[in-house]
Amino acid sequence: MSADQTQRATRCLVAKVGLDGHDRGAHVIARAFRDAGFEVIYSGLHRAPDEIVQATVQEDVDVLGISILSGAHNTLIPNVIEGLKSYNAFEDTLILVGGIVPEEDTAELKALGVAEVFGPGTAIEETVEFVREHAGPE
Amino acid sequence: MALERLSTEDALLYESLLEGDHSALARVITKIENRTPGYRQLLSALYDQTGNAAVVGITGSPGAGKSTLVDKLTRQYRHNDQTVGIIAVDPSSPYSGGSVLGDRIRMSSSAGDMDVFVRSMSARGRLGGLSMATADAVKALDAFGKDRIIVETVGAGQNEVDIVETAETVVVVVQPGSGDDVQLLKAGILEIGDIFVVNKADMDETAGTVADLEAMIHMDETSSVGAIGGHHGPERTTQNTEPEADDSHAPGDGWTPPVIQTVGTTGVGVDTLRGALEAHRRHLSESDEGMRRRRRRAQTEIQRLLRNDLGTLAETVLEQRGGLESLVASVEHRETDPYAVVERLVEPVETAVNETLETDE
Repeated sequence: MSADQTQRATRCLVAKVGLDGHDRGAHVIARAFRDAGFEVIYSGLHRAPDEIVQATVQEDVDVLGISILSGAHNTLIPNVIEGLKSYNAFEDTLILVGGIVPEEDTAELKALGVAEVFGPGTAIEETVEFVREHAGPE
Repeated sequence: MALERLSTEDALLYESLLEGDHSALARVITKIENRTPGYRQLLSALYDQTGNAAVVGITGSPGAGKSTLVDKLTRQYRHNDQTVGIIAVDPSSPYSGGSVLGDRIRMSSSAGDMDVFVRSMSARGRLGGLSMATADAVKALDAFGKDRIIVETVGAGQNEVDIVETAETVVVVVQPGSGDDVQLLKAGILEIGDIFVVNKADMDETAGTVADLEAMIHMDETSSVGAIGGHHGPERTTQNTEPEADDSHAPGDGWTPPVIQTVGTTGVGVDTLRGALEAHRRHLSESDEGMRRRRRRAQTEIQRLLRNDLGTLAETVLEQRGGLESLVASVEHRETDPYAVVERLVEPVETAVNETLETDE
């Protein structure tokens, strides 16, 4: 018999990828997620897609939030998604993108498997709510 | 033996983990952390494959440079083609239960290298339970086949002491000029350190901190060795029923904790630390200290599991008898007293236990 009470928490990786040094947004999101009761792992700046994949797989996060303001999303995000697929970690990870992404790219990212793209002006609560709805404890 | 008790899903996870699938390892640790039903059976099946890794616990005050040191140590192990598993434990907010786990940022030299498996863990508001989860995650990494496992935690309280004690070798990290910290160490962490590291040793005040530590280590040695003599080991194992309160390095075991100076950012002194870790591992296998620690870990584990499961059983009875709230209210209104309440709660458990024991005989 195992008489334990299940203790589930929503785990999120907040990641900065590529040569983009603007991390205020990522910090704000990390704090908001923490205050929402999530377990947040912050990647730090200037991560390569490989490193994001490694962290996502090893930490077994429910949510991967990628912050990009450099405009390189069309190159970097497909790389991350390919990596996740190769480790069999794509299906059970909710992928979110935050930053400056032109509308025509948004559709393409979503077709690749990104669940939502949050642009400038998005309310924090909206992001938290989205995570609660789509990656809450199963 | 425990294999047939696994669900189909868990059996698959078990197979994949042993085959070296990283995401399977990650998912097993998630099950351990969440206490997903079936995780005990999974661990029970994996237990056979454990016992090969060298497990090191690293603790010290916030900002002492533990993560950076772990990063540099990992790089050296990787140079020698050894695989590494790291569990980084961070506190969680007592208010929201959430946490930001930032140790990973400092472990940059292993980034992208899958043979370094880094896992961040938070307390999730569970007292004591974290040390169980950590010990179990170490087992998963061990069964996976990691050569080296490092458990890193911010050290101060009993909880942290419990966590690092899941390791064979405990390293305590301090920074220069932390006179008060060193004073604090007296209160419990000094006894658990097998190796002391003064990190950031390029700062002034390094010599003073090293001297303080050495003085304390030698004081500790002379006072206890003189009083108890050579019978220390066996006496302790038979008389001590509370292993969590036991100190990890019993004075007189032939090991004097070294004080090592390092500069984590440049890597100076890290090879000395690696050498000391090797020396301590050798010491454990050559003396009976290693066996003594294994025995103590097993004892702690059995007692913890037992207490945990009995506690949950008690919760079930509690729920069934109207829940804690209503019982508290009845005591508050002086309708009854705490002793009578507990007696009434324990009664069904006691009866069941007695009946089982009778039929056993």
